[in-house]
Amino acid sequence: MPEVVMPRLSDTMEEGTLSRWLMEVGDPVHKGDVLAEIETDKATMDLEAFEDGVLERQLVTAGTAVPIGQPVAVIGDGSATAGSATTEPVSVAEPAVYSPPASSSPAPEPPDASPSAVGTVAAPAAAMMSGSGSAELRTSPLARKLAHDHHLDLAAIVGSGPQGRITRADVEDAIAQRESAPKAGDDSAQAPTSQPPTGAPPIFAGDGDEVVPLGAIRRVAVRRLSESQAVPHFFLTALVNVERLIAFRAEVNAGLAASGSKISINDLVVRGCAVALRAHPEVNASWGGDTLLLHRHVNIGIAVSTPAGLLVPVVVDADRKPLSMIASETLELAGRARAGHLTVNEMTGGTFTVSNLGMFGIDQFTAVINPPEAAILAVGAATDVPVVRDGRLVAVPMLKITLTVDHRVLDGARAAAFLRDLTAILEEPLRIVV
Amino acid sequence: MTEDRSDVRAMTFRQALNETLRAELIRDESVFLIGEEIGVFEGSYKITAGLLAEFGPARVRDTPISEEGFVGAAIGAAMLGLRPVVEIMTINFSLIAIDQIVNHAAKLRSMFGGQVSVPLVIRMPGGGGQQLAASHSQNLEVWYAHIPGLKVLAPSTPADAKALLAAAIRDDDPVIFLENLALYNTKGDVPDGDQIAEIGRAAVVRAGSDLTVVSYSRGTVTALEVAGRLEEEGISIEVVDLRSLRPLDRETICASVRKTSRAVVVEDDCLSYGIGAEISATIGEGAFDFLDAPVRRVAAAEVPLPYAKSLERAALPDAAALTRVIHEVLDATRFER
Repeated sequence: MPEVVMPRLSDTMEEGTLSRWLMEVGDPVHKGDVLAEIETDKATMDLEAFEDGVLERQLVTAGTAVPIGQPVAVIGDGSATAGSATTEPVSVAEPAVYSPPASSSPAPEPPDASPSAVGTVAAPAAAMMSGSGSAELRTSPLARKLAHDHHLDLAAIVGSGPQGRITRADVEDAIAQRESAPKAGDDSAQAPTSQPPTGAPPIFAGDGDEVVPLGAIRRVAVRRLSESQAVPHFFLTALVNVERLIAFRAEVNAGLAASGSKISINDLVVRGCAVALRAHPEVNASWGGDTLLLHRHVNIGIAVSTPAGLLVPVVVDADRKPLSMIASETLELAGRARAGHLTVNEMTGGTFTVSNLGMFGIDQFTAVINPPEAAILAVGAATDVPVVRDGRLVAVPMLKITLTVDHRVLDGARAAAFLRDLTAILEEPLRIVV
Repeated sequence: MTEDRSDVRAMTFRQALNETLRAELIRDESVFLIGEEIGVFEGSYKITAGLLAEFGPARVRDTPISEEGFVGAAIGAAMLGLRPVVEIMTINFSLIAIDQIVNHAAKLRSMFGGQVSVPLVIRMPGGGGQQLAASHSQNLEVWYAHIPGLKVLAPSTPADAKALLAAAIRDDDPVIFLENLALYNTKGDVPDGDQIAEIGRAAVVRAGSDLTVVSYSRGTVTALEVAGRLEEEGISIEVVDLRSLRPLDRETICASVRKTSRAVVVEDDCLSYGIGAEISATIGEGAFDFLDAPVRRVAAAEVPLPYAKSLERAALPDAAALTRVIHEVLDATRFER
C-alpha cells in the first residue's frame, strides 16, 4: 500500500510541519493532487500525491512536525478506510495518538496483512509528546546521563533517533570523537591518538609541539571539508577584464558618498553571480544522492575568515536584492561572523558560495566545494596585465576567477557556459544592476 | 528454591500441576480441593485426574455451579485451619466470586489484626486463543494483581507450575494461581522431589545484552521463541519471566534494563491499564537513567476477543508483533547488528 512520506523540500530541511490537511480520509486521490500543506523552515509548500487511489489514512494530525522520509499518509484502494484495525484501538482510546514513532520504523501494518496487525498497539510516546515543532532537545535518559557523566554538551550532538532523539550511540560517538582529539600537555600525547574524526593518520606530538583542540566551528568545517573530498571536482578558470567594473564601482561609490556606505568588488561579484545563476538554474543546484535539487532561491554564501575559523554567512535571495542591500547585508553578516554572533539560520540554505582571497594578493586559487552545493567561485586579486590594444601596449586590470564544480551535478560545457556569462556580466557591469 | 535434584523428568504443564496437587494432598492432611467438575469429571482440563479416586470426596469436593458459594466456603475453611485449593473453571467465572476474593480473602488477615490468615489457593485457568469467545477468553490478571492482600502467580513452564503451586499451597495468604490454557500441553523438564519456589521472585530465563523482554505465563513462551530467532540475526535478547505478578520483583526487572537499556513488555491482557503499564512505570522509576528508548508494550487489542479464529489470532499478541516492536526499538537506538 503506497505511503506518502514527508518530502525533502529544501536542502536544509530536516523535518516539515504538516500544517493543514487538504484531503480527508476516504477522499479519492489522483496523481498530482495536493494532499496537504507543509511548512518548512523556508516556506509553505504543497504535498502532492504520486499515486492514484483513495486516501486511506492520515498518519499525523495537522500541526505535527515530521522528519523527512517518515510516512504521513497511506493511499490505497479504499478498502482499509473504515474501521481500520490498526488505527481503531488507538483512535478510540487516545485521539492524540496517530503516528508511528520510530524513525526508520516500517510502515504501520496494513490491517489485513498479518494476524498481528492488531496484536500490538504501538504506543508512540514520541507522537504523544510532539505536535509542537522539535526545536527542543530530544534525548533518551541514558544519553542524557552519559553526556552529563562525560561533561558533553548535548546541544552539540546530532540525534539519530526518532524525531532527532539523541541516543546512547550518538553520545558514544561524541565521546569517541572527543577522546580521539589529543589533549595539550597530556602525558599520553606521545602515543598515537586514536582515530581522529576525519580518518587522518595518527599524529605524534613531540617535545615543544603545541596540540590545539578543535573548536566547534572548526569541527564542523573539518567535517564538511572532508565530505567534499568525496565530490568529483573539476575546475574552470576565466580571466575577467575588470576595467569597467572598477570604474563602475567608483561611480557607484561616488553616488553613495553622502550615505557613507560603499560597495566592494566582492559585492559586485556576488551580485553578478546571483544574476548569472538566475539564468543558469542548473548551477544553482545541490547533489541529493540520487537526485538533483534545483533551488528556487538564489542564496549566496560568502566565505568569511574569523578568529574561530572559516564561516559562510548566506545572503538570501541575492538575485532579488539591490547592490546596496547586498553590500550592507554582507558587511553586517561578516561583522557578526567575526564577533561570533551568527545564528545557524544565517549560515544555512546557501545554494552557491563565493570565496575571495584577492585582499591577500592571491592571484588565483581553487576553492573547496561546500556540500551539497554544486559549485563555488574562487576570486583572486585584480592585477594589471599588459594587453595589446589598437597596436599599443596598455595595462588592463584583470581578475582571475575559478569555478570549482561538482561533476555529478554539472558537466564541463554547462559550467563553462555559466562562467562565460558571469565573465560577460562582470565585464559589462550595467548588467549587474539591471 | 530449595533443590532436591534426585531426578528430572520431561512432562506437560498439566501433568506437573496434577502431580503437585497429588503430592500436596499426600503431604498435608489439611489440603483439600474444591470446585466445579473437579471430582467425577476430573476437571474441565483434567488437572485433577485420578484424585477423587485416590483421595475420596472429603478431599476432592465437587460443587454446584456457585462460585461465590464455594469460594466463600473455602475462605471459611482456610480461616479455620484447612488449606483449600479452589479450582474456578475459568478466570472469567471468578467475577461472580470477586466480592469473596477481594473483600474477604484479601482483607481478613489485616482486618482481624493478624489473628487469622487465609491459606487459600484459587487456581484459575484462562487466556485467549482457544476460540472460546469474548466472555470466556479474558486475561483478568490485572484485576487481582491490583489488590493488596492477594498474591498472584503466573507460571510459564511445567517446572514453575510445580514449584509455584507447591509454594502457593504452603503459603499462609490467599494466592491466585493463573494457568494459561495454551500452556497445558507444553512440555518441559521438571525436577522430582520437593520444589518450592520463592514467591515474588522473577527469573532471568534467558540472558542477553541488547534488549530486555519482560513477560509472564504464555507471553514468556512467546518471548523465548522470539529471542531464539533473533539470536540468529545477532540480536541478544534477555527475557525476564515475572512468575509472580504480586508481589512484583521490581529489582530483577530494573537490573536487567539497567544492563540492556531497552525494554519491551509482552502481555496477553489488553494494553490500557495492563500489566505492561505497571512494568513500564517500574522501569521508569527504577532504571530511567539507563533507558535509551521508551519502554514499548505489546498487548492484546482493545476489543472483546473475537470468536472467529482469524480475528482472535489478530487480536492477540504474537511472535511477529513482538519481533516487529523489538526491531522498532533497536532501530530507534541505532542498534548495529
